[in-house]
Amino acid sequence: MASINLTINNKPYTVDVDPQMPLLWVLRDVVGLKGTKFGCGMSLCGACTVHFDGVAMRSCTLPVSAAAGAKNITTIEGISENIDHVVQKAWIELQVPQCGYCQSGQIMSAVSLLKTNPKPTDADIDAAMMGNLCRCGTYTRIRKAIHRASEMMG
Amino acid sequence: MSELLISRLLRKDRSSGIDRRNFLKLSSLSGVALVLGFSSGPDKKELIAVGNVADSYQLSPYIIIEKSGKITLMNPKPDMGQGTFQSVPSLMAEELEVALDSVTILQTSGEKQFGMQVSGGSYSVRGNYNELRKVGAAAKYMLIAAAAAEWKVPESECYADNGRIFHKPSGKNFTYGELAETASKLTPSQNPQLKDPKDFKILGKNYPRPDVPLKSSGRAVFGIDVEVPGMLHASVEHNPVFGGKLVSYDDSEALKIKGVQKVVQIQRMLGKNKYDAVAVVADNYWAARQGRLALKIKWDNGELEKFNSKDYEQALRNAANQEGAVVHADGDFDKSFAGAPVKLEAFYETPVVSHSPMEPMNCVVTWTGADSVEVWVSAQGPDLVKDELANTLKIPRDNIAVNILFNGGAFGRRLYPDFATETAHISKAVGKPVKLVWTREDDTQLGPFRPLTFSAMKAGLSADGKPLAFQHKVIGPSIGSTMDEKRDNTGESSDMTEGISTQKYELPNMKNEYVFVEIPIPLAAWRSVTSSTVAFAHECFIDEMAVKAKKDPMTYRLETLLTKDSDTKKVLTKLKEVSHWDKPLPKGWGRGVAQYEFFAGLAGYVVVVSSKNNAVRIEKVYSVIDLGTVVNPNMTALQIEGAATMALSAATKNGITFKNGQTEQTNFHNNPIVRINEMPEVEVHILADGGPTIKGVGEPGIPPFAPALANAIFAATGKRIRRMPFDLNKI
Repeated sequence: MASINLTINNKPYTVDVDPQMPLLWVLRDVVGLKGTKFGCGMSLCGACTVHFDGVAMRSCTLPVSAAAGAKNITTIEGISENIDHVVQKAWIELQVPQCGYCQSGQIMSAVSLLKTNPKPTDADIDAAMMGNLCRCGTYTRIRKAIHRASEMMG
Repeated sequence: MSELLISRLLRKDRSSGIDRRNFLKLSSLSGVALVLGFSSGPDKKELIAVGNVADSYQLSPYIIIEKSGKITLMNPKPDMGQGTFQSVPSLMAEELEVALDSVTILQTSGEKQFGMQVSGGSYSVRGNYNELRKVGAAAKYMLIAAAAAEWKVPESECYADNGRIFHKPSGKNFTYGELAETASKLTPSQNPQLKDPKDFKILGKNYPRPDVPLKSSGRAVFGIDVEVPGMLHASVEHNPVFGGKLVSYDDSEALKIKGVQKVVQIQRMLGKNKYDAVAVVADNYWAARQGRLALKIKWDNGELEKFNSKDYEQALRNAANQEGAVVHADGDFDKSFAGAPVKLEAFYETPVVSHSPMEPMNCVVTWTGADSVEVWVSAQGPDLVKDELANTLKIPRDNIAVNILFNGGAFGRRLYPDFATETAHISKAVGKPVKLVWTREDDTQLGPFRPLTFSAMKAGLSADGKPLAFQHKVIGPSIGSTMDEKRDNTGESSDMTEGISTQKYELPNMKNEYVFVEIPIPLAAWRSVTSSTVAFAHECFIDEMAVKAKKDPMTYRLETLLTKDSDTKKVLTKLKEVSHWDKPLPKGWGRGVAQYEFFAGLAGYVVVVSSKNNAVRIEKVYSVIDLGTVVNPNMTALQIEGAATMALSAATKNGITFKNGQTEQTNFHNNPIVRINEMPEVEVHILADGGPTIKGVGEPGIPPFAPALANAIFAATGKRIRRMPFDLNKI
């Protein structure tokens, strides 16, 4: 066990956990932020996607000790107070989610993409979103919603 | 008044987005149907029963109106992504004249008076379309009557709008909350007047789903997100060899891991199967996982290790020559086939696939009292969970409280609450609330799976290509035989030959047989069940007949096989139009068509592909779904887009195979599903001309996709695909 300092959604946390525990489980079970999901445990599905200083990362395979270095970890709970991030607005407008389980990860990847590439092409979207699986099959909506968010960003 | 049950429900507080446990007391008189409620105190909400809505079946307290004005609609159908969180309550809200964003929607908990509460069979909307509208309408007329009495005016001068009753001439109005108590003393109409569909504000519109903001912000609560005070975490090691017995286990290393509290032997109960397993219970999930990795277990698998897919598939091929049980027979197939001038035969093969919902199986159970259990779970039916736990744990049904959360995907998998009974056993053994979370590896390896089916097809044609004889013989296992001990496998199996004999094609001397070959692997319903495999053989073979008859496959279906009007003919005609079927395609491109009508409904596809060297690319997908009546067109389109994606995975990814008695695949790297870059645009058209029929939405998009794709590949490349899965890069 070790005492580890983390900054999550711009708030400081100190957690006392096994340093090998993946960040995902620290977020969900220790910090209590359950919007980030467990899907595969092998960085294969993207349900656990969070941001490290704005860059999309998989939290299910990342030991929490390695996360201590990030200036800020952003989770789905941290992207807006009132579900009004431009990506969330586009998601709602296009009614993207079905079961919704993978959508936190999808949105985190989309937010990260638009930060570096505000006008992505279909190919850019496919390349950036390939790591996020959706079993319900919302892919075609996700593509449209990212274009819509890009449009709303002006 | 007798209190029938106390139901504990999770409620979503919309204003803060924070969950809090809410205790809702539901009371009713026996035999009572519709209930209106009012708040009788600051922290308890008492429902008052008021009368019958229908005497032929029992409705129940679906609508709760409190004095405060708060309106709660009970949703009996768990949401697993198919949209029932909106579509089912909207049936009541439409008639009650309330906006969905002004009400609270609560999932029922398996109480008997709500009847069947399983989401499945694409049945939730079509099965409740009239009944739940009646519930809403009856409540509205009671509120109108209460207002009219208060104002001493005729009811005909009053109308309901947006949660209020208005007196038309004076403009006076009451909120529903103000009228709830008076209304609750009235007798509801047995057969209330329903709205004219032209006046609908919600039904048939692209009404936004109230779960979408929750699911776009991490605020939707899934089973895996539930926490109860004092809860421990469990991870379970199952024998990877199906049916192998536990000899012994050494937990000394596991118990040394910090946080691990206990190791217990349990059984996974799945239908007739009782699989040995060992559970590690710890303070947190990670410690439980580490403890599990440190277990040393001795299994006795004996002959079970000999089972493998290769041999089983060969056994199916060998069994194809056997006389099968006759499921359906018209005329004399054998004689007509023998005498036909043109004959064709083909053999089709399909794989086992996993459900793989994105939320792995999980459950929270508190079984701390001797005889009382509370469960929180993502499952397709609270009543299913309740029944299964009552049966397997030997606890009275009424002592089991079930809370259903949003399902992170289900596709049939969450009809089987094996992971809930596991969790209950663990909770009992440690005397504390326990959360069990299966790993993705558990989920991939342990099943139950969609069965494979093989099909032996034969057709006899006249010299000018007209069908004279047709046979579809299914060779395969049976879902029922892997679950039900008492199952008789000697006879026909209509669930393994779904839809074959009810296609609208005019095929004289048609025979449908079924040959059963036992499999030692647990099998399950998978979105559209066996239609997802038998339609591949059926609709590809129809294409082969068209080719043999030297006819265009669309024309052959419409003009030779469907001379009479039918919904199938309507769907294909629409597909022909929207896909610009007659417009020439570039060289190397091809179009394929397929449809399938089965228990859940009817849909069809035209798939357009291009080919280059040995690779095929899907350029565009057109779909038509026949509904009769549509509740949410946008959600319907989503379901078809999703079904096409899921069907594309099942057709082109490697599926599940077995070796040495166990599943070879473990996670998404070796059991892949389609990724965003592989998914083309899907254009969805809905046939909804109104009328009395209403068909299902969730499943019909699956069966016709793979055959439409394979038929398109034939059109583009001349290569006939008769086995799934196939690799689009190696055609």
